[in-house]
Amino acid sequence: MMFDLDKWQEILATIRKNKMRTFLTGFSVAWGIFMLMILLGSGNGLSNGVASNFMSDAVNAMWIWSGETTVPYQGLKSGRPIRFHNDDYEQLKNMPGVKTVSGRFFMGNTRYAYGKESGEYTTVTCHPELNDVDQNVMLEGRYINQIDIEQRRKVVVLGKDIRDALFKDQPALGEYVKINNVPFRVVGVCMEPESTRNRNAFMPVTTAQTVFNGSNRLHNFALTIDGETLAESQSIEENIRRMLAKKHRFAETDDGALGMYNQLENYIQTMRIFQAIKIFIWIIGIGTLIAGIVGVSNIMLIVVKERTKEIGIRKAIGASPASVVGLILLESILITTVAGYIGLVLGSGLMELVNLAMMQSPGGEAQQGGTLFLNPTVDFGVAVSATVLLIISGTIAGYIPAKRAASIKPIVALRDE
Amino acid sequence: MIKLNDIHKSYAMGSSKLHVLKGIDLDIHQGEFVSIMGSSGSGKSTLLNILGILDNYDQGSYHLGGKLISNMSEKKAARLRNEMVGFVFQSFNLISFKNAMENVALPLYYKGVNRKKRNLMAMEYLDRLGLKDWAAHMPNELSGGQKQRVAIARALISQPKILLADEPTGALDTTTSYEVMAILQEINQAGITVIIVTHEHDIASMTKKVVRLKDGLIDEVIVNGELADFSSQYAREIQSV
Ligand SMILES: Nc1ncnc2c1ncn2[C@@H]1O[C@H](COP(=O)(O)OP(=O)(O)O)[C@@H](O)[C@H]1O
Ligand SMILES: [Mg+2]
Repeated sequence: MMFDLDKWQEILATIRKNKMRTFLTGFSVAWGIFMLMILLGSGNGLSNGVASNFMSDAVNAMWIWSGETTVPYQGLKSGRPIRFHNDDYEQLKNMPGVKTVSGRFFMGNTRYAYGKESGEYTTVTCHPELNDVDQNVMLEGRYINQIDIEQRRKVVVLGKDIRDALFKDQPALGEYVKINNVPFRVVGVCMEPESTRNRNAFMPVTTAQTVFNGSNRLHNFALTIDGETLAESQSIEENIRRMLAKKHRFAETDDGALGMYNQLENYIQTMRIFQAIKIFIWIIGIGTLIAGIVGVSNIMLIVVKERTKEIGIRKAIGASPASVVGLILLESILITTVAGYIGLVLGSGLMELVNLAMMQSPGGEAQQGGTLFLNPTVDFGVAVSATVLLIISGTIAGYIPAKRAASIKPIVALRDE
Repeated sequence: MIKLNDIHKSYAMGSSKLHVLKGIDLDIHQGEFVSIMGSSGSGKSTLLNILGILDNYDQGSYHLGGKLISNMSEKKAARLRNEMVGFVFQSFNLISFKNAMENVALPLYYKGVNRKKRNLMAMEYLDRLGLKDWAAHMPNELSGGQKQRVAIARALISQPKILLADEPTGALDTTTSYEVMAILQEINQAGITVIIVTHEHDIASMTKKVVRLKDGLIDEVIVNGELADFSSQYAREIQSV
């Protein structure tokens, strides 16, 4: 044991007195790991960001909206506006494959007032089923329910920002706010998960049609569907399009008359693109790692070459080949381990900092309701494996020339200049 | 102590072979002080390296302390070098990033002596060679003579039976050369076999036996009593050239 301690002292002494060599070896390892951490971290951040964007809405959601026809159809001219009504809602609800439907009637900017406070916000008129799509979180009270719809109650669910602006710290639940001068009772407060913008208010679509002069019109539908696979979901989408085209008399292929957005379809497509990006990042990462391995191997070759004469001297005074190989390899392992650890700490530290900075600034990307980059950190196992791989390859790269240098006749090593 | 029997050694020079030693027979006993002479390229260093187990030979036999030295593993050779021989080189061969004391102490590290003890012993040997105050100096801060004395201390610290020195004075001026020779004589008087390679007659005449190499063979061996004549013969040689 005494001898082992001695061995490490000899290695540490060698490292201390060959600072440049130590620095070069260490730097190439630390740099490789650092770059790898940043690459993989960014990849993960992108992945998490994209995933969370989709996860905040139901993946099996679909939106349908109407427009104007762009092609003539059955003797009707193009440019004819298509309008949805309550019976479209009823019909959609009974389509096979459709789980829930919410009709919406847009009111544009609406003035909300409570006491002396007032402001303009977006009113979303809906059926209770809208929340199956939006998946908003209730902070207080409840969402719009079926009785609200049937009795055309004057109730409203406020977004968190609206409550904060109108009520400050006062309780909002049960109070009446004036919406375009019509009093509505607040029954709930909600917020969108992962979003910092909650400036929408929700009210029963039937109430809105009655109070704000909408008769039986609807602007669009949000629905959830039962399609598990892309093909299923696409076939449901086609059925809906065919039904609505027949009913409102426009060409099935007319994208201007009827707009549809299928979340699952887009989710799968985005995931596919995203998968490609992930593979690309891994390829770059592996490339970085290989560059690191080659770098370490080269340095080890140079180190052994540079130390050939020293090896000759050590052997001439009685060093065994094993002790020479041990000296070189332990030194290399010590340097690569410490350097790898430094690269690991710096790389993951930087990614954590980026993460922290993003969490603390609600501005920028987050204002638009979506984050492109989320939690850009690297799996600890991956990081450690990469470091261990570099250490092992450095050891192997050092072992071969060290073994060769240690087994030649000392006089040959000494002759080397 | 040393027994060489018909030793041959050649170097591969591309396709051809350079036959350097062509059958050397030599006996050296415990406590002798021998110099090997010969013109440049006559194979002096080659012979000394074989004696020091730093290199192997092609043919014949070499016994060191009764043991046959032949085709042994590097591990075994390393142990024998550590136990039996101390080597001093013309170019000193000190490790540049270690100071004088650490250089001297290194053979003891390979013997498994602990750090404190080996540094203490290294200081003792440096003191004996008059280098105590230079213990903390790096090799590049020492003069040629000082470096060679450090190298000698390093060769002696493992208490070898034989000290081998390849042109130990080759890189030194005359005064320093004589100082180094005086040290070697002192070591020899302590009972250690000393074998040096030199091409300088005045250096050779300070040893007790001169072995002259010529064309890969031993040309003549001059021993103790005849050494007195050696200098005059050396003078004659110079005149005849
Ligand atoms: N490793 C080697 N490879 C090829 N030739 C060598 C080698 N070492 C020495 N020689 C040659 O062998 C001859 C004897 O060398 P050496 O023993 O060093 O001579 P000396 O020490 O007497 O000057 C020289 O001609 C030298 O060039
Ligand atoms: Mg020579």
